[in-house]
Amino acid sequence: MEKKTAVYICSGCGIGDVLDIDQLSKVATDENSVPICQNHSNLCSEEGVALIKKDIADEGVNTLVIAACSPRVMYDVFNYENCIVDRVNLREQVAWCQKPGEEDTQMMAEDYLRMGLAKVRGMTLPEPFKPEQEYSKDILVVGGGLTGLTSALEAAKAGYKVVLVEKEMELGGFQRKVKQIAAAPYKDLQDNTIDELVRAVNEHDKITVYTGATVERTEGGPGIFDVSIKQNGSSSEHHIGAIVMAAGWQPYDPTKLDAAFGFGASPNVITNSMFEEHFSDAKITRPSDGNDVKNVAFLQCAGQRDPKHLPYCSSTCCITALKQAIRIKTQDPDVNAYIIYKDLRTPGQAEDLYRKAQEVGVTFIRCQSPEVKTNGSLTVEAEDELLGETVLIDNLDLVVLATGMVPVTSIGEDVYAKAQMEESKGEKDKDELAVPPDVIRRSNILNLDYRQGPELPALHDDFPDSHFICFPYESRRTGVYAAGCVRRPMGIGNCKEDGAGAAMKAIQCVELTSQGAAVHPRAGDLSYPEFAMQRCTQCKRCTVECPFGAINEDDKANPLPQPTRCRRCGVCMGACPERIISFKNYSVPIIGDMLKAIEVPEEDEEKPRILVFACENDAYPALDMAGLNRMQYNAWVRVIPLRCLGSMNLVWIADAMSKGIDGVLLLACQHGDDYQCHFIRGSELSNIRLSKVSETLDRLALESERVRFENISIIDYNKLPALLDEFAKSLEEIGANPFKGW
Amino acid sequence: MASTETQGILVVGGGMTGITAALEAAEAGYDTYIVEKNPYLGGRVAQLHHYFPKLCPPLCGLEINFRRVRQNPRVRFFTMAEVENISGEEGNFDVTIRLNPRYVNEKCTACGKCAEACNIEIENPFNYGMNQMKAAYLPHDMAYPPRYVLDASLVESDEAQKVKEACPYDAIDLEMAPKTMNLKVGAIVYATGWKPYDASKLEAYGFEQYPDVITNVMMERMASFSGPTQGKILRPSNNEAPKHVAFVQCAGSRDENHLPYCSGVCCLASMKQATYVRDQYPDAKITIFFIDIRATDRLENFYLNVKKDENIEFFKGKVAQINPDEAGEGLILKVEDTTKESLHEIPADLVVLATGMQPNTLDNPVPAQVAYDDYGFISTLDVTPGIYGAGCSRVPTNVSECVQDGTAAALKAIQSIARR
Repeated sequence: MEKKTAVYICSGCGIGDVLDIDQLSKVATDENSVPICQNHSNLCSEEGVALIKKDIADEGVNTLVIAACSPRVMYDVFNYENCIVDRVNLREQVAWCQKPGEEDTQMMAEDYLRMGLAKVRGMTLPEPFKPEQEYSKDILVVGGGLTGLTSALEAAKAGYKVVLVEKEMELGGFQRKVKQIAAAPYKDLQDNTIDELVRAVNEHDKITVYTGATVERTEGGPGIFDVSIKQNGSSSEHHIGAIVMAAGWQPYDPTKLDAAFGFGASPNVITNSMFEEHFSDAKITRPSDGNDVKNVAFLQCAGQRDPKHLPYCSSTCCITALKQAIRIKTQDPDVNAYIIYKDLRTPGQAEDLYRKAQEVGVTFIRCQSPEVKTNGSLTVEAEDELLGETVLIDNLDLVVLATGMVPVTSIGEDVYAKAQMEESKGEKDKDELAVPPDVIRRSNILNLDYRQGPELPALHDDFPDSHFICFPYESRRTGVYAAGCVRRPMGIGNCKEDGAGAAMKAIQCVELTSQGAAVHPRAGDLSYPEFAMQRCTQCKRCTVECPFGAINEDDKANPLPQPTRCRRCGVCMGACPERIISFKNYSVPIIGDMLKAIEVPEEDEEKPRILVFACENDAYPALDMAGLNRMQYNAWVRVIPLRCLGSMNLVWIADAMSKGIDGVLLLACQHGDDYQCHFIRGSELSNIRLSKVSETLDRLALESERVRFENISIIDYNKLPALLDEFAKSLEEIGANPFKGW
Repeated sequence: MASTETQGILVVGGGMTGITAALEAAEAGYDTYIVEKNPYLGGRVAQLHHYFPKLCPPLCGLEINFRRVRQNPRVRFFTMAEVENISGEEGNFDVTIRLNPRYVNEKCTACGKCAEACNIEIENPFNYGMNQMKAAYLPHDMAYPPRYVLDASLVESDEAQKVKEACPYDAIDLEMAPKTMNLKVGAIVYATGWKPYDASKLEAYGFEQYPDVITNVMMERMASFSGPTQGKILRPSNNEAPKHVAFVQCAGSRDENHLPYCSGVCCLASMKQATYVRDQYPDAKITIFFIDIRATDRLENFYLNVKKDENIEFFKGKVAQINPDEAGEGLILKVEDTTKESLHEIPADLVVLATGMQPNTLDNPVPAQVAYDDYGFISTLDVTPGIYGAGCSRVPTNVSECVQDGTAAALKAIQSIARR
């Protein structure tokens, strides 16, 4: 496409009061020889937009620089099909935050226009990725328990073909062993309906079921997964679009419990899951001799909320204990049933079941550390916090321990723990270790043929990592959605919703992928990274650092990008020391040209320049909010938004420094365990990269204080002016960059 | 038989659940319409300072969602809008929507000239009435859509013309009147969310009687820079820093006389708010009065971390009464002591009531045949063929579960269309 560029400058919303628009136009017309540059006092109005559309239609304009408000507003107004558009933010980030009529303000606006022009010069229109294979819209569901069954059925009901793989010989998972369930409306116990669900799945013509089967290997990526399923010693191949991983949980091993719980010391001490299994279809009796149960105690949090065992709460055990106690009381109202708990957790309407248990006469004892005594009669000793005294419950026929749920992703050896040991033996380049590896265990669920490991990476307690508050389904592997108790411990109502939700995400993934578009968070983005392989040095940085494991490797360590796995964050682009990775509309040269377009005044003009790389989701909106609130900040800053700070390539800092820019500030989001980065690791990786920038600065004989990393969240806008001023002041103290004017 | 116009999905409620439901369906290729009664999308979460347990700002996730809305032509939304009537059946609903006047049209650029010209002030509903704002207003800094609103009191006043003339872009329309529109859709997701329980009904706690007794939702606004105190947590009685903050859990919740259920989030919310206080006032003491701390799954870890703070005391006991102290400066909380037949008396100078959630469907029920539970929540996800109840209109719960629910509801809605 031959570009015909036009610049449109809006003077509305105070821009014209602050800036000399004619002077600004000269940056386009005189300096950059842009053929069309128009001004309008209200560019977003019908009249203003008509002006632009007319140029597109009559003049063949296809490359537009709109110098007006923030790209975060008026998106649809300034979006034109088949045109390259860049928005220069003269309103929020110049007119609303700088002093009117000042030379510094004008210089800032002019630089931003230069940067916008440099950007569109480098941009081309993205073309959707087309793989060699055909796209599949079929969905693989791994796990045939309640969640997986629901997921399969719900996806099939929406019209999609489903392949369901269950490792046991029968579908139904743990729920198959459960007689009665506790679920909304929680007024009483309900009969389990898992058999109906199993039947519906088995009978559905869009669902292919494999039982007694495992996923042997998963190759490819969303839309083009090739999955081999092993059953009875033979393999079947399926071409799959997306995956729901509902592999479920296992009960915590009761033999590991503290002796105080008495497990193993008496056959009459069992766990909550053993209770379901033993008494699935039978009367509840004393395990040792089959006699009637007259006294029963439920001990909650057995090996849970305990850093030595499971640090988390399994969420369902209080409700399960209520259910089991009600069941016994229904069987024989004369039974003495005690629930000994730390905190009774029945959120939402489940409180009704707690009330029901109280009505039927279950006794509740709040106690932090009960003790089971098995010499003589089975006894529980409990310090009752509410009465302030120790109670002894003796002659117990049954003690039920509430052991928790362990996700099956926690089973198996940690891939990286081993790899790291081997690495240190081989005395490899040490700085590669600075990028902390993920926890990925060989748990034999998906067996992904991914360079970074065969399963979903975990963060806390071996549950698969996700952006779990706002976007709980977004795992670290594109097109693979964890659901049910493998994602976090949850009750049956939530499992069903989770199964349906994950099916929704899988459907969405196959639809977007088949158009060559990205999924969350850049849903619909058609750009994808392209690799100029002839310049690759096989350094592996891109394959190691991609937060989504999108890049495989061949035997010679050449990267093998898998674009359908890609989330388009640009972390690989930032990682590459040879700068061979580019998007059509976002690349190392594009950003490099933007920063080189900044005019750096001579030292004696005493106008330092500060380059700010801002995360476009958090820091950039925060800068806009500072403007909206008319907060004034330093006039020396020049902001470049990045898709993610993880896409920051160190060469930009070298470029900025050799150009005479005095300081570089990286505004990134929170990283660490409570990371806020929507690309998981971008902020962390940029910080790690920055720790290596001192080499570059040393080589240029520059002070490392010239480059700074700050965590800024989207609501920190009130802190920005002081932060920018303070950085500017510290640069003044260091003195001007000696490279000015070179 | 399917006409393209009935292939759409209506999502009632533009909070986290509704936005999620609309976006998830739209990104899978379905046309969706969000109907939101506020002048902005984002619902209750837009009013929160931080989420637990990550202590991150809700506006960060909302920004991503707003971007998804902006860039996806399949999502259309109506603010200041309410569903008046639903007729028809699954796959073929006729919906009447009432659009209330904003008095500002789409020409608005959010430049703020109208607010500059306006002198009339009204209570700020976004800040739960804790401060005044101009009657020409942007609902909050990150409001989406970024468009001003004129309050009816301004439109009816003498100032209206002056404010209208102050707009350089002809964006103010004083003649705007309520109007209705009809929409044909194949499925409906009802996600109208919740309201805080009315704390004035808790007579023993003196809300509205003692200014230093506030609610948890008010605390969120106080901690926020865009709130009434620019983010400073202050005692409303004297605008001074609190020294001892008490959190009263289950204020009206798990109580047969008020809300018999548990709202599922208040324990974590109070612990989160305790971190706000501790961040601002390193010496402040905090007492959290509770019945059970309900920090399920990994949220337990957050509880553990908060418990490590020596300035935060967890006090097992139900607060019976709140009275002013003798000097009339602070407050005294009377708390039952289960081991004796007596009451503890504990002083505090700022009390936060952890009030629970009530479904908005209590005041504005679904205008269609829909079953509710005893407390007014929509009884199930697939409550009526083609109508799905999601988020806090069905279960009082946290954001993560609302997103889960909204996503599940999106799939159910798609099925309603696929079934045709």
